[in-house]
Amino acid sequence: MRDTLVGTGSLIRLGLRRDRWLLPVWILAFAVMAGSTATASADLFPDLASRVEAARRLNGTASVVALFGRVYDPTSIGALSMIKYTAFMTAVLAVLVVVVMVRHTRADEESGRLELLGGGRLGRNAPLTAALTICVGASLLLGLLSGAALVAGGLPVAGSFAFGLGWAATGLAFGAVAGVTAQIASTSRSAIGMSSMIIAVTYVLRAVGDLAEPGPSFLSWLSPIGWNQQVRAYAGDRWWVLLLPLALFAVLVPVAFALRARRDLGAGLREERPGPARGSLAGVWDLAVRLQDRVLAAWLVAFVLFGAVIGSLVSGVEDFFGSANAQDLIKQLGGGQALTDAFLSAEITILGILAAVFGIAAVNHLRAEETAGHAESLLSTTTTRTRWATSHVVVALAGVALLMLLGGLSIGAGAALSLHDGGQVARVTAVSVAQVPGVWVMCSIALAVFGWLPRLTPGVWGLYVAFVALGEFGVLWHAPQWLTDLSPFQHAPRLPLDSGTVTAVVALTATAAVVAALGYVGWRRRDLTA
Amino acid sequence: MANVIELTGVTKRFGHVTALDGLDLSVSAGEVHGFLGPNGAGKTTTLRLVLGLLRADAGSMTVLGLDPWRDVAELHRRLAYVPGDVALWPNLTGGEVIDLLGRLQGGQDAARRDRLVELFDLDPTRRARTYSKGNRQKVALIAALATDAELLLLDEPTSGLDPLMEDAFRGEVRALRDQGRSVLLSSHILSEAEALSDRVSIIRAGKVVETGGLDQLRHLTRTSVTADVRTVPEGLERLPGVHDVVVVNHRVSAQVEPSGLEPIMHALTAAGLRTLTSQPPTLEDLFLRHYGVAAGDATDDAGAGRSDRA
Repeated sequence: MRDTLVGTGSLIRLGLRRDRWLLPVWILAFAVMAGSTATASADLFPDLASRVEAARRLNGTASVVALFGRVYDPTSIGALSMIKYTAFMTAVLAVLVVVVMVRHTRADEESGRLELLGGGRLGRNAPLTAALTICVGASLLLGLLSGAALVAGGLPVAGSFAFGLGWAATGLAFGAVAGVTAQIASTSRSAIGMSSMIIAVTYVLRAVGDLAEPGPSFLSWLSPIGWNQQVRAYAGDRWWVLLLPLALFAVLVPVAFALRARRDLGAGLREERPGPARGSLAGVWDLAVRLQDRVLAAWLVAFVLFGAVIGSLVSGVEDFFGSANAQDLIKQLGGGQALTDAFLSAEITILGILAAVFGIAAVNHLRAEETAGHAESLLSTTTTRTRWATSHVVVALAGVALLMLLGGLSIGAGAALSLHDGGQVARVTAVSVAQVPGVWVMCSIALAVFGWLPRLTPGVWGLYVAFVALGEFGVLWHAPQWLTDLSPFQHAPRLPLDSGTVTAVVALTATAAVVAALGYVGWRRRDLTA
Repeated sequence: MANVIELTGVTKRFGHVTALDGLDLSVSAGEVHGFLGPNGAGKTTTLRLVLGLLRADAGSMTVLGLDPWRDVAELHRRLAYVPGDVALWPNLTGGEVIDLLGRLQGGQDAARRDRLVELFDLDPTRRARTYSKGNRQKVALIAALATDAELLLLDEPTSGLDPLMEDAFRGEVRALRDQGRSVLLSSHILSEAEALSDRVSIIRAGKVVETGGLDQLRHLTRTSVTADVRTVPEGLERLPGVHDVVVVNHRVSAQVEPSGLEPIMHALTAAGLRTLTSQPPTLEDLFLRHYGVAAGDATDDAGAGRSDRA
């Protein structure tokens, strides 16, 4: 047994060296985010009445409950201020953990780096052990630092550490999940895809479970993200719930090692089948579609499902505001239609923010193809740089448009069914499609970075997170208006559509075109790099 | 005859590292031109400049009468390239990649493609991620050789091939030359260039330091001879073309020019030869002898177009 672990220490050091920026940046980002929100919340909800009112509003809005979960103690400022972090940011944390795990296991195997090391004294289980160790260490550090930041932000000590350790335990659980998928899948892409699918499913499970009345149904208890909510930090601090993710970790880690023992280095558990001896790919267009079509298909399915769920929730929106005061407010705002529109607009904006993830990833594919050396082969043929880049940019832009079209249709159909109003399909689809130019701006920013600063390609994600965070938390942070306005998502059209929509669509399209053109100029004059 | 590649004073810098430092290179039409140099001397950088993948900082470049930076599409219709480090799409099969690259190249000869697949003993139905380095190289070689390109740029094309396949590869390159096509073949193995090339250019630290026919470069090729003899003969070091004689007990080693081989063999045989090993000169020896530096020290990292800093 000891032999299979030889070299683990060296691999851990190597991994920490490779992640010397990645890990500290995201650990600090989470801690700072949590701490600053805690600080800001004290000003936002100065007295008990304001908290109870806010918690009642949040718990009464189905879309909020579906997206973020419930506030389990309306009197607790901690439970209130952390609502966006218990489920939503936990899912983001899970994705990061998965990326780190796969990066040090399957990705290294795929690239042959582990083979290079395996020639030396390196045990079979060393890479997985090292990756898990890094993962456990990073999760614990993140949890403790976040707990400390929350205490510094003025929240109760016990709740703060219950919250931080909740993050840590969830990180462990999803690290173990990725440890297993990295053994099953034979490429890092499919390992990350498989893990992300699991994260998405657990997120939806708890969303459906949380919507049940009263309180969470058993579905929430089937989800590690649900467990993190059920720790109920600042609202009872149920420490024993932390045992659930730890138990999952304890079960999955031996499974991962057992799977590793059953396969060869570099192989997945699924056997390779022979493929066609003749190619039917006629050119770079076909190739770009071939490289991205499965990912796009998965996104489309997710969008249609998400849309259907959101659409069907619409009829309940008015009921959530049952009190007389709220009804008055609704009338002032323009009646039930306005409330429904506000709800639909908010959901469609989220759809656009999600579609941008696909768009940016599709454009960033250019850089991945360049560093992999594939671009070198293609650009040594009659394929021009412009043509090759365009092949991926078109997949990105068309994919985003298709996502928003189908997502919009799906929400519209759901809304039409639940409101018995066929007219909803057209207007909801229209506003969904109107989000497209804003998302295209993000795609063209990615292209510009690829053209001018290719080594900073991952930074596009930082910019994306910053834009989204400005939209979500800008008010909390007292961000100046001009800064918030930089985000294309700030200018996303909302229902009802009017002449302002047209102006926004035209302006965003023009911006996307100019930024993309700039990107092409840079790309056509720069060296191919790695 | 016109030159298919004409580089004059080409300079390329990456940051503060000068990869090419006023490089001159000319390749005549219809010749196989060996491009020799140690790792990191700038061979790959030169090829990437010729392909228009990199942009030169200074100097003039003409390839097939065209400017490799501006006339990319037209130029690439007429040349084919095999990278030194062949990267394939992991999900595509070898056959799919060959056909894709062939189409992008402006068409390949289907019959020739099939013959080459057979010749190189490649299974085209396997996914690229399951290929070894040698198999990946075969995919790129087949794709390039199946086109009608006038000029082939091959970057260390045999580094992953076994000796049998290397032989098949050499046969194909000779056939290309017989058809009047031109080949620029980069290598860090002297014997490989020797076996195929009509002329050779030697690059060191971003400069071409020697160019000529192999006969002209004969002076560069000394064979290293080591022998065990019963009695060590006197005066070996005075024989013409014999250098660096070292005697340890009954073991004699020396560096011998082609003209010195006959006399030293006579002397060694007369002395009672028991074992004999002879090795063709390596590029390393050559650099050490002619330029007074070890090949590895020639440059730091100058030509390294790809390195993993992730």
